[in-house]
Amino acid sequence: MRGSTERSRSGKPAIVVIGCSLGGYNALRIILKALPRDYPLPVAIVQHRGVDTVDLLARALQELTQLPVREAEDKEPIIPGCVYVGPSDYHLLVDAGRFALSTDAKVLAARPSIDVLFESAADAYLERVVAVILTGASRDGSIGAARVKSKGGVVVVQDPATAECAVMPASVVQTCAVDRVLPLDGIASFLRVQGYARAD
Amino acid sequence: MPVAVQTQLSDVETMEIELLLDGVYRLYGCDFRNYALASLRRRIWNSARTEGVATISGLQEKILHDRACMERFLVQMSVSVTSVFRDPEFYAAIREKVIPHMRAHPFVRVWHAGCATGEEVYSMAIVLWEEGLYDRSRIYATDMNEVVLAKAREGIVTSDNLAEYEANYKAAGGKAQLSDYYTAKYDRAIFRGSLKKNIVFAEHNLVTDSSFNEFNLIFCRNVMIYFNSTLQARVHDLLYSSLRRLGVLALGRKETLRGATPHERNYEELDERERIYRKVA
Repeated sequence: MRGSTERSRSGKPAIVVIGCSLGGYNALRIILKALPRDYPLPVAIVQHRGVDTVDLLARALQELTQLPVREAEDKEPIIPGCVYVGPSDYHLLVDAGRFALSTDAKVLAARPSIDVLFESAADAYLERVVAVILTGASRDGSIGAARVKSKGGVVVVQDPATAECAVMPASVVQTCAVDRVLPLDGIASFLRVQGYARAD
Repeated sequence: MPVAVQTQLSDVETMEIELLLDGVYRLYGCDFRNYALASLRRRIWNSARTEGVATISGLQEKILHDRACMERFLVQMSVSVTSVFRDPEFYAAIREKVIPHMRAHPFVRVWHAGCATGEEVYSMAIVLWEEGLYDRSRIYATDMNEVVLAKAREGIVTSDNLAEYEANYKAAGGKAQLSDYYTAKYDRAIFRGSLKKNIVFAEHNLVTDSSFNEFNLIFCRNVMIYFNSTLQARVHDLLYSSLRRLGVLALGRKETLRGATPHERNYEELDERERIYRKVA
């Protein structure tokens, strides 16, 4: 019964979660540019980076899309069509329709951690999660992606052959039965399709 | 007779968490029932893994029958990790916008509510020192966990992070060298005793204990992120009633008063970006 295709899912997607590390900004650019201005799902992003307290990443991403982009605040309601970036030096978690932050220890040397975001999203939204793993030089995201799969959600991975750094996507492909392995433009179209999917 | 299972597997986990927290509260009086679920769930599973049990019910059995296990659980529940001069811009704003108000008082009472391992307490002590206010200040640093508090009291940091701390200190407007304030020894650094003399470390639980003084300045940074909205509102009541009029409340960089407490309208913003507020009514 742990079918891994979208067909086994009962609800339509409710949230997109994206994790990336080394080379992530260039990859995010292509994906965000391809999302239409009426995109109906909330998008939560964790990008590994150094400590910055002036939301540089959110501002840079805002330049690329008409969807509103901002750093997630603690207990902020998750609104469809908004793009949220995990603030640096905090873990970003999803909790019943709201974001939650934590300053617990780093996971795999990262805070924010992709595993933490993905696992909490899977726990809160079960099969209604679309998780995306992009380029990166770490194994962060593999455990989280496996959790998303175990709850019946969808996992899409950037084709390691096209990634600036293949370690992270390759690790996820090894760890769990991913739904799609695609180049960036393929991921963008996949997310568009997921966004307008209807419930079975 | 076959037993009908009424709920799905994920609901079983939620039920186990509720039962565990109920047991912990009834036996030990520690109340985590209004903690935010997502981070709570992570900490509980970390604890289960450390204890070598496969389920939360297994963890519950151990915690209820083994006091040492409960003590380890409490440490797991207070493992937030901070740094010396975390968010340097915040301390720069404290120097610029809060310290001038503090000069007006003959005596400055500061409360670090949920001080964890104390890095931010020593940071503020240094600011008060450099601004010439230390001698007439009393800093109360409280945490619910005794083990964590003992670490804070020692004032020891590992030297791995000293370069980062030194950079933070400079970016926060530090007037000397951070190394003036500690003694390095092997792989660790110990804050100077003179910095500790006006700091009082004490156990205090924001969830179950009440107000114990009136303060000019309260730091409660990245503590309420672990609470759900109900508990946040309650703790805001406690902080509000612990502040003198014109006292200052400092929250974490990603926390807000907006919508978190009806006392919102009783504060004015001293620095919106750094989440520093002043009680005006």
